[in-house]
Amino acid sequence: MKLFIPADASAQSVGADEVAQRFTAEATARGRQVTIVRTGSRGLFWLEPLVEVDQDGGRHGFANVRPDDVPGLLETVFGGGTHSTAIGHVDSHPALARQQRLTFARVGVIDPLSLDDFRANGGFEGWARAQHLSPENIVDEVTASGLRGRGGAGFPCGLKWKTAASAPGARKYVVCNADEGDSGTFADRMLMEGDPFLLLEGMRIAARAVGATHGFIYVRSEYPRAVQVLRRAIALLRESRFLGPAFDVEVRVGAGAYVCGEETALLESLEGKRGQVRPKPPLPAHEGLFGKPTVVNNVLTLAAVPWILEHGGAAYAALGMARSKGTMPIQLAGNVKYGGLYELPLGVTLRQLVFDFGGGTASGRPVRAVQVGGPLGAYFPAKLLDTPLDYEAMASNGGILGHAGVVVFDDTVDLARQARFAFEFCALESCGKCTPCRIGSTRGVEVLDQVARGVDVEKNLALVKDLCTVLTDASLCALGGLTPLPVLSALQHFHEDFTRRR
Amino acid sequence: MDTTAWDVGQAKALIEREVRAARAFLGDDGADQSALLPILQALQHHFGFVPPEAVAVVADALNLSKAEVKGVVSFYKDLRTSPPGEHVVALCRAEACQARGAEAVAAHLERTHGLAPGGTSHGVTLTNTYCLGNCALGPAALIDDTKLVGRLDLHAADALVASLTPGGKS
Repeated sequence: MKLFIPADASAQSVGADEVAQRFTAEATARGRQVTIVRTGSRGLFWLEPLVEVDQDGGRHGFANVRPDDVPGLLETVFGGGTHSTAIGHVDSHPALARQQRLTFARVGVIDPLSLDDFRANGGFEGWARAQHLSPENIVDEVTASGLRGRGGAGFPCGLKWKTAASAPGARKYVVCNADEGDSGTFADRMLMEGDPFLLLEGMRIAARAVGATHGFIYVRSEYPRAVQVLRRAIALLRESRFLGPAFDVEVRVGAGAYVCGEETALLESLEGKRGQVRPKPPLPAHEGLFGKPTVVNNVLTLAAVPWILEHGGAAYAALGMARSKGTMPIQLAGNVKYGGLYELPLGVTLRQLVFDFGGGTASGRPVRAVQVGGPLGAYFPAKLLDTPLDYEAMASNGGILGHAGVVVFDDTVDLARQARFAFEFCALESCGKCTPCRIGSTRGVEVLDQVARGVDVEKNLALVKDLCTVLTDASLCALGGLTPLPVLSALQHFHEDFTRRR
Repeated sequence: MDTTAWDVGQAKALIEREVRAARAFLGDDGADQSALLPILQALQHHFGFVPPEAVAVVADALNLSKAEVKGVVSFYKDLRTSPPGEHVVALCRAEACQARGAEAVAAHLERTHGLAPGGTSHGVTLTNTYCLGNCALGPAALIDDTKLVGRLDLHAADALVASLTPGGKS
């Protein structure tokens, strides 16, 4: 009898470990042979802890399992009966069956630290092809795929690689940005915990494409489980000689600075300095870590690469819409009934996500606002929910796709408060290098506090808009540059929240 | 969190270990200074915080000025310069958890348990954090830098505090 129980941090946060321990204890007490495979999470978080049983050639799921359900479940599983937690065949669950999982194909399915599982499920196929391609041809394949940076900036990946590949230098770096700080995002975490070999395969391909010998994965400290899994995965790949003298990788852990998700601040942090943003140029692809040519890519960008190499850039580019090609692991979060990971071709609308996939709010109240792209993303009102998740469509509606975190709020939300929070967060996380962000964010909080007190409301709101123009135009990086998006979208679409008497 | 009294010999051994690891991986390429963050994290892990005495020792070992080391210590929110309580609860205050009721949890912790962000009560230190990657199962908190807790409603928050305070079940 084979059981699959996630060891993903999110599943653990609602008791997956306790359930696994109870299964071991109860099976032993019954003298039964039970193999428990600890997987990543399927990303259907409302069902966690989700236990799966290998039966009749398929995996059957049991949702929201509590330790006290275990004895009854064991009787069911061994006796062929039914149980109240049963949800049937997991792969045909509507939340999974409607997805197109390229990057997340193995997450929640395999033991993330089993190289045999990885190989048996298509692992290393991308590398197998890349090995026989010239570096130029690898770059061409990625360029043909239309893959854009999944961290948020959406920069064409092939162009970045080409720049680094043609930069002179014997020593080059591949740096994986795993400083996933945006609220409402967890895809990097799930991938690192659920299929770490895929990320390392992607890094190895990137290294071959640009001629890099050394790689870093910079993971935020808020993800201790991911750090643990990655370190173990790297050790296993060193043993198997996939990593070694030709290309090796180290994990570095962040220290609670959101701004280190900005690539140049991340490089400063890796160099042992304060995580302050560097002016560009020079681009990291020319002068990055320790002044050497460096490719900095997000986890999801690198993890998309093996599929692209295996199936060809054209196959990837056939998915998606307009200039947003391929699939995006979208993260649906906040006040939503069915929150989780939905990997879908780009172009799905917010309405489809929030209602068809998400089932509306968890509280059962009406949806009032949806924030897309983390703390620097815009708040969308109900009337704009037909906007598709597409880099350009989001931008033309005053927002960003970002790292594709979608946070749902019900009608109890106060958008004036959310706008204040955006400034407050910027003030808290500003690296201090440029004045608009460092000072402007604090002034923004103060002015919105005046507004909340009803002092010169229209005059002060004009001041907020003026301040936002300065932040947009004069900040050094996206932290100051995009903080105006949540503020201005709140102001534009939810003006009544700013003028209401308190 | 375990705290250990300052010991310069132990600090030097930790610094040495991290510098050696960085050099083994990077060779000459900026290795020593790149070890600074891992060193400070190792010191905090060992002593429970970064003791003020450590700044000069680290600066000396890496051939940096004390200002450079102190500048790094003060920049990163994770790095503490005073000992925390026996347990540290980092409560997520970011948007996705706000949408799921995190602000009510924060208010409840302060009102009912005397736990305000940055403060310590009955051996429990509360800090604010911004996103733990548990955004579909919030409100969320990270306990002692290792254990993630989800679905942290008011009732669960009471149970959590009880389990962490002396006399409660650990």
